[in-house]
Amino acid sequence: MTEEQTYIIGTLVEHKPGVLFEVANMFRRRGFNIESISVGVTEQKDLARMTITVNGDERTIEQVVKQLNKLINVIKVSILDPNTTVTREMALIKIHVADTKARSDIIQYVDIFRSHIIDISSDSVIVEITGDSEKIDAFLDLAMPLGIKEVARTGITALSRGGKAIKE
Amino acid sequence: MTRMSGSQALVESLKREKVKEIFGIPGGQILPLYDVIYDCGIRHILAHHEQCAAHMADGYARAKGSPGVCFATSGPGATNLVTGIATAYMDSSPVIAFTGQVSRVMIGKDAFQEADIVGITTPITKYNVQIQQASEIPVSVKMAFHIASTGRPGPVLVDLPRDVQIESDQMDFAASYDLRGYKPNIEPHPIQVKRAVEFLLQAERPIMLVGGGAIISNASQEVLRLAEFMLMPIGTTLMGKGIIPETHPLSIGMVGMHGKAEANKLIPESDVLLAVGMRFSDRTTCRLDQFCPDAKIIHIDVDSAEIGKNAKVDLPIVADARKTLTQILEQIVQKMAKREKSTWFDRVHTLKTQFQNNKSNGQGIKPYEIADELRRILSSNAIVTTEVGQNQMWAAQHYDALEPRTYITSGGLGTMGFGFPAALGAKVAKPDVPVVDIAGDGSFIMTEQDLATSFLEKIPVIVVILNNSMLGMVAQWQRFFYNRRYSASELKNVPDFVKLAEAYHVNGVRVGSVGEFSKALREALKSDVTTVIDVPISPDENVLPMVPAGMGLKDMMIVGE
Repeated sequence: MTEEQTYIIGTLVEHKPGVLFEVANMFRRRGFNIESISVGVTEQKDLARMTITVNGDERTIEQVVKQLNKLINVIKVSILDPNTTVTREMALIKIHVADTKARSDIIQYVDIFRSHIIDISSDSVIVEITGDSEKIDAFLDLAMPLGIKEVARTGITALSRGGKAIKE
Repeated sequence: MTRMSGSQALVESLKREKVKEIFGIPGGQILPLYDVIYDCGIRHILAHHEQCAAHMADGYARAKGSPGVCFATSGPGATNLVTGIATAYMDSSPVIAFTGQVSRVMIGKDAFQEADIVGITTPITKYNVQIQQASEIPVSVKMAFHIASTGRPGPVLVDLPRDVQIESDQMDFAASYDLRGYKPNIEPHPIQVKRAVEFLLQAERPIMLVGGGAIISNASQEVLRLAEFMLMPIGTTLMGKGIIPETHPLSIGMVGMHGKAEANKLIPESDVLLAVGMRFSDRTTCRLDQFCPDAKIIHIDVDSAEIGKNAKVDLPIVADARKTLTQILEQIVQKMAKREKSTWFDRVHTLKTQFQNNKSNGQGIKPYEIADELRRILSSNAIVTTEVGQNQMWAAQHYDALEPRTYITSGGLGTMGFGFPAALGAKVAKPDVPVVDIAGDGSFIMTEQDLATSFLEKIPVIVVILNNSMLGMVAQWQRFFYNRRYSASELKNVPDFVKLAEAYHVNGVRVGSVGEFSKALREALKSDVTTVIDVPISPDENVLPMVPAGMGLKDMMIVGE
């Protein structure tokens, strides 16, 4: 048994109803765990790209890739090497603002993390933050004592660096 | 381009796929299609339970080697297909199911007889789709047949909303499609073939272990030629039975939990295991680390996901079995002379001799005697189907299959009630060949209502019930591992199968000796209606050898030990 680690799998699929269900169902049925999944249409409007992060050992990941490939609506699957891949995640975070001190703290954090405040009210702000997952985790830790009301995270999306691309 | 309704387009598409027979049951949401079926020229066989319609299509497909088609209405009709579809999926059988569905506007409203059959069957089909517009039908049917029957075959479900069946549109039967996510790899990689040859040339104790994939690939000749050239014994999985005549000197029979004693002894002794179209299922390998601990494993399978799924292999070849074996043999022939004798072959011969009489010594008619009689009387091309449980394992151990596609059984899912409808389907596929369902009483009860189909549609088969009045395999486990506490496993001689047969206007006969059985079988073979032969056997009869759960092949229990 090799060591468990997090893998990022880039997957091109037919952009049509039911495909996300098929993929998610395969993971459930085979007992693989999805850490995160993000889906969006690609430069070709009939293709969608799923970025799936999975924890497991090498053998498990090999099976994940093969089982994904087996689905008729999955066109291309590739494991992205973390050393040569750019990953990003976005989060919207609604933070409680108790007083002016809290407000100025938040503004400072947002500045340091190069994120944005995109909504503000008398007792709350919404922060938009983009980066790798660790950066978002760090921001959340920092904001925790102020009182976090809601978090919406997109999950990781990723592309490999340089000219190479996952193509059908 | 021709203008017609969705139903007409579907039937036209089926004709273009050369479909001659359909198994099904009509219902509300598939009525428009059945109205076209009424006088379309394709034979429709009315099943008496949708599960049976699916098993019939499956038996048909396995006997014939081309897709079997079944129809069911929406909701409960469709969900009744599920067991049949799951059975076909586990055994890689090209069953194509068409289901009625509520009209498009009603979908999602929990309409009467609405079920999300596409969602339900996603994990048990190779592909499924709900048709959104009638004009999609010609291409969708083409895709369904292509996907079901190529690569590793498997069931496909096409869901047809009622209004799509009615909708009239321009139909393009010449339209092509591009399945960019489906390109099965058929050709073996030359480097892998070369390495396989090297493994085999160095082997002193090679064994070929052949599964259902080799039968699907029509690789019988290639399996036999390679084995004979190298004097390599051939074991099979349950699904591989019939790939070569089991009477052949190199055949060591089925391997696994209820495998033949010689096969289970030999596999762990091998130094190279050539696995062809099989998937290292738990029933075949038992404890995996003791299966063939000293062997290098060469694994040929057309489905890359089977490589490394269960067993770690030393040399994977993702390709068609027949093509791969042909290429391996071509190179072997150039590198060695035909082997005429070997100490390994002597060992095979010794073990086969040692265990040839290792059979039950219980009371009354013994299951192996029935299997022997069947083999003695039936032609080599006769088709045997089985139910699931003790009957299936006795048949696997004692009935020598001689040709591919003549031993049809639910291997992966282990579906009780499969054998009888599968026999009906096989008989429709091969009307000139005798078809016998080796059944148990418990299994046969699960689909016996399709005796009506057999009678009404004039599909004569023979059902041989090895009747121990028990859920026999359950009882065997209770006997061995649960202190003879027969919890819910006694069937108490209900029903009377002779009277049951009579109620369906088919022949029913009970036999009290092997001689009476032979006579009844010969009569049945001459009859143009189905015959149910009830063969009472001892409820204490066990299936042996048996490898207890969690143990290795070597730890098998055998008769007299």
